[in-house]
Amino acid sequence: MELVLSIAIGVMTSCGVWLILRPRTYQVIVGLSLLSYAVNLFIFGVGGVKSNVPPILGDDILPSTLADPVPQALVLTAIVIGFATTALFLVVMLASRGLTGNDHVDGRN
Amino acid sequence: MTSWHNHLIILPILLPMIAAAALLFVDERSRVMKAMISLASTIAIAGVSIILLQVENSAETFDGVYLVGNWVAPFGIVLVLDGLSALMLALTSLLALATLVFALARWHAVGAHFHSMFQILLMGVNGAFLTGDLFNLFVFFEVMLAASYGLLLHGSGALRVKAGLHYIAVNLVAALFFLIGVSLIYGTTGTLNMADLAARIPEMEADRRMLMEAGAGVLGIAFLIKAGMWPLCFWLPTAYSAASAPVAGMFAILSKLAIYVILRLTMLLFGAGPSAGFGAELLLFGGIATIVFGTIGVLASQALGRLAGYSVLVSSGTMLMVLGINDGAVSSGALLYLVSSTLTIGAFFMLIELVERGQDAGANVLAVTMEAYGEGEDEVEEGGGLAMPGTMAILGICFAACGILLSGLPPLSGFVAKFAMLSAMMGAGATGVPPTAAVWTLVVLVILSGVAALIAMTRAGIRAFWTSIEGTVPRVLVIELVPVMFLLSLTLALTLQAGATMRYMDTTIRTLSNPTIYIDAVRNAAAIGTRAGVQSQETGGN
Repeated sequence: MELVLSIAIGVMTSCGVWLILRPRTYQVIVGLSLLSYAVNLFIFGVGGVKSNVPPILGDDILPSTLADPVPQALVLTAIVIGFATTALFLVVMLASRGLTGNDHVDGRN
Repeated sequence: MTSWHNHLIILPILLPMIAAAALLFVDERSRVMKAMISLASTIAIAGVSIILLQVENSAETFDGVYLVGNWVAPFGIVLVLDGLSALMLALTSLLALATLVFALARWHAVGAHFHSMFQILLMGVNGAFLTGDLFNLFVFFEVMLAASYGLLLHGSGALRVKAGLHYIAVNLVAALFFLIGVSLIYGTTGTLNMADLAARIPEMEADRRMLMEAGAGVLGIAFLIKAGMWPLCFWLPTAYSAASAPVAGMFAILSKLAIYVILRLTMLLFGAGPSAGFGAELLLFGGIATIVFGTIGVLASQALGRLAGYSVLVSSGTMLMVLGINDGAVSSGALLYLVSSTLTIGAFFMLIELVERGQDAGANVLAVTMEAYGEGEDEVEEGGGLAMPGTMAILGICFAACGILLSGLPPLSGFVAKFAMLSAMMGAGATGVPPTAAVWTLVVLVILSGVAALIAMTRAGIRAFWTSIEGTVPRVLVIELVPVMFLLSLTLALTLQAGATMRYMDTTIRTLSNPTIYIDAVRNAAAIGTRAGVQSQETGGN
C-alpha cells in the first residue's frame, strides 16, 4: 500500500514538474493539476496509511484504530482551494490566448 | 485586555468578509454605493486595528489570544494578537485606506469586482497576520493570493494578462510547496498550531526533527518566493509594474506579509532550543544576493514602475539579511524599516501613475537610453526659469520625499530606520565584540543600496520634472494626491514620534525573541465557560 502510494506520488510529481517546465499554457496547467494531486496524496500519506477505518471518535474506541482526521480535512481544503485557483488560471489562460493569439506562456511563438 | 477588546481581534477578518459578500449583491452600475460600502468597511478596519495597536501598546501582559469556536488551543483555531501582528494590521489598514481612496478617482470603474476583491485581499492579509496555526495561514494566504490574481488583472490588457499568467503560475507552485511543508511538519510533529509546535520541537528525537526541519525549509521556499528572495524573484518587478497603480500600492504589503511569516516562524520555532538558528545563513546570504540584485535592478530600470518593483526587492533583501543576523537591536530597527519602506513604496507606486500621466507613453523607457547616447543639448536656456504649475510642484515634492525615504536620507523615517539598524550593528563594536564580516557586508550594502536609490530617483526626477516641463501638466484629482501625501505624512509622523515608535519596536522584538510568552499564552488560553488553565499545564520555562 505504502509502495503504491509513494510510486503514484513520485510519478505524478515528475510528470507535473516536466509539464510545468513546458512553454505552452495548456501543458503548464495540466502539470500544475498533476502536482496538486501528488501533493494531496502526500498529505494523506503523512497521516499514516490506513484503509477501511473511519476517522470518527466514539465511546470505547481506541484512537489507534482510527484514521487521522486532520489530513482528510487538510486535503479537502486543499482540493477546494486548488480547484478554485486552477479554474481562475484557466480563465486567465483563455484571456491570454484571446489577447495574444497563441498559447505560448510569453505570448510569442 | 478586557473581553470587550478581545472580541475586536476577529473584526479585521470579519468586516472585509462581510463587506465583500455584501458588495456582490449591489448592482454593478451603482458604483457610488459600492465605493461607499468598501470605504466604510476599510475605515472601520483601520479604526479597529488602531484600537488594537493602542491596546497592545498599553497592555502589561500578553493576552491577545482569541479562540475561534471556543475550542482550546491545540485542537481549535486560534487567532493571536501580539505587538508584531497589531503593528502589521495597522500598517495594512492604513495602506489599504490610502490605496482605496486613490482607486476611487478612476481605477475602481475599470473592472467589475474591484471592491469585492480588494476587501477579500484585506481579509486574507489580516487573517494571515492574526492566525495562530499553519494550515489557516495557508488558507488565508490562498484567499489573499486569489484576490491578488484578480486585482493584478484589474484593468486588463495584454501586458497585465501576460504578467498575471506568470504570477499565477509561480504562486500556484509556491502554494504546493506550502502544502508539502505544512504536511511534513504535521506528519512529524502531529500538530499545526504554531505555539504547540514550538513547544514540541525540543522533545523531538533527532531524525524526526531533521524531517521537520526539511518541512520547514520547504515551507520557507513558499514564503521566500512571495518575499522575492533572489533567485526566486524574477516574476516580482514585472508583476508589480504591470498592476494598476492602487493595486501595486496595496501589493507593497504582500511581500512584507511573507517577511512577517518568516520572522514569526524563525523567532518562534528556531529562536532557541535544538533547532536554533535553522536557516539563518540561507536568509543572510539570500538577503545579500537579493539586495545586490535589487540595487542593480534599481540602477538599470528605465521605467519608473520597474524601479519601484526593484525597490521592493531591496527592502525585502534588507529584511531577510537582518533576519539572518538575528540580533535583537538590529531587528527592532528593521521593523521600523519594514513599516517605513512599505508606506514609501505604496505611496511611490501611486505617485508614479500621477507623474507618468503627463508624459508621452514610452518616454521613460527611452530616458536611460537617451542619457547613454546624448539627446541634443540644443535647448535654449531661458533666464529666470519657468513658472512651475502647482500640480507639478506638489508632485515634485512628493517625488523628492519618496527619493529621500527610499535612499534613507534625513529627515524622514527611512533615515531613522536605517540609522537605527546601522547603529545597532556598529554598536556591537562598542561592547568589545567587533562586527563580523556579515555585519560589515550588511552595513556596506544598506548604504550602497541607498546611494543607488538616490541616483536612480534623482535621474528619474530630473527626467520627469525638469526636462519635460513643456509637456502637458498631468491632470490630477485632489482625491489622488491626498492618499499619496497621507502615506508620506505617516512617515513624517513616524520620524516625529521616533522615540515612542522605537520603544514599541523594541518591546515587540523582545516579546518575539522570548517565545515562551507566546507559547504559554496560546496554550493556557481557556475557553469561555471553563476555568482558566485547566488543560496542559506542562509548559516549560515559566
